[in-house]
Amino acid sequence: METYYDPKDLGSFAEIGKDAPELAGKFFDYYNEVFAEGDLTEREKALIALAVAHTVQCPYCIDAYTRACLEKGSHLGEMTEALHVVTAIRGGASLVHGVQMRKIAEKLSL
Amino acid sequence: MSGTTENTATESFRQRLARHELRLERDETHALQVNVGLVCNLSCGHCHLEAGPARSEMMARPVMDEVIAAATRLPFAVIDVTGGAPELVPELPYLLRGLAPHTPRLIVRTNLVVLEGERGEPLMELYRDLGVTLVASLPAANQAQTDAQRGAGVWERSMAALTHLNALGYGMPGSPLELDLVSNPSGAFLPPPQLQAQEKFRRDLARRYGVSFHNLYTFANAPLGRFRLFLERSGNLDAYLDKLASGFNPCAVSGVMCRSQLSVDWTGRLYDCDFHLSRGINMGGEERLLRELSELPAPGTAIPAADHCYACTVGAGFT
Repeated sequence: METYYDPKDLGSFAEIGKDAPELAGKFFDYYNEVFAEGDLTEREKALIALAVAHTVQCPYCIDAYTRACLEKGSHLGEMTEALHVVTAIRGGASLVHGVQMRKIAEKLSL
Repeated sequence: MSGTTENTATESFRQRLARHELRLERDETHALQVNVGLVCNLSCGHCHLEAGPARSEMMARPVMDEVIAAATRLPFAVIDVTGGAPELVPELPYLLRGLAPHTPRLIVRTNLVVLEGERGEPLMELYRDLGVTLVASLPAANQAQTDAQRGAGVWERSMAALTHLNALGYGMPGSPLELDLVSNPSGAFLPPPQLQAQEKFRRDLARRYGVSFHNLYTFANAPLGRFRLFLERSGNLDAYLDKLASGFNPCAVSGVMCRSQLSVDWTGRLYDCDFHLSRGINMGGEERLLRELSELPAPGTAIPAADHCYACTVGAGFT
């Protein structure tokens, strides 16, 4: 079945530079530098990327960073915990706006 | 998501070497790997030899005598005993006692689980008394991945065996009784960088289980035997072969293990490595027996190349 998302497209990501090579070059240089070992390890960065990939719900990123996490030595327990961290923040971000709701409601109410 | 790799699924390993103007040939040979048989108490999903409880191949004493004689006449700096599970070969103590005086470094590869119970205690004491280096299989520092690769319950039993070995002095900081771990990925993906993985294993095993070890080695799974069947069954074969080929590191060729070791099987036949052994690819491409070997192969001797060699040249390589 045809879909908008094809796993093979991930391997063609570099083609995005065909009509704007300088911008793509700067992006990929930055991208590669971001994921290099720094104060955070490559493994830790891959876990962050995996978690964020779920919040932006990017299938390419989920595919790529699931593989990257496994190849950098993370296991499914750690990867799942990382998802719960971003899920808690995402849910918390909704819930904390309830304070705004309550303030407005209180102001409007007798 | 970033980075581009060459699409190489159709290029053979021989072609790849030629394109990089490389040859697979021997350096100085200093190690002998002795495969004492395919009988094993486990049936690990990554095993290139398809070892397991139903296998009966096992080295008998006459071949052990040939191995000991070879160790006496040839200068092996390392002798590395593997299987299967070497501990299930009844004459293993005889072989180890015969080899120990003739090499500065005698290694036994163990799956740990086989060391539990009545059989294990005297063997562990023999290892200690002979100063044997132990190289233990442990794919991950967690239960889920370990049991997925090696079978249900293996994690707990492995931790118990490691605790026991630590109590004997194996793997303890500063101890001469060397205990190293080997990690193969528990699936169709490549291993993490060795030093990073070693740091994580050391931290996790010490924190949660109080277990200590010396070195961790991480190796890619070869697409052979039971692991190849898993790749085929799970629809991962093509992608995995492409990943190995795409990650070809020309610099890794100079350090691959077959350049410096011989592998002998339970019948006394010679191979360039344990992967070639599993495929029946003879040393140098022709059938030779260890007992006929009067001198070590000369540097420059050609080694047959096969497509599974990509597993030894991906990333940092398999040394």
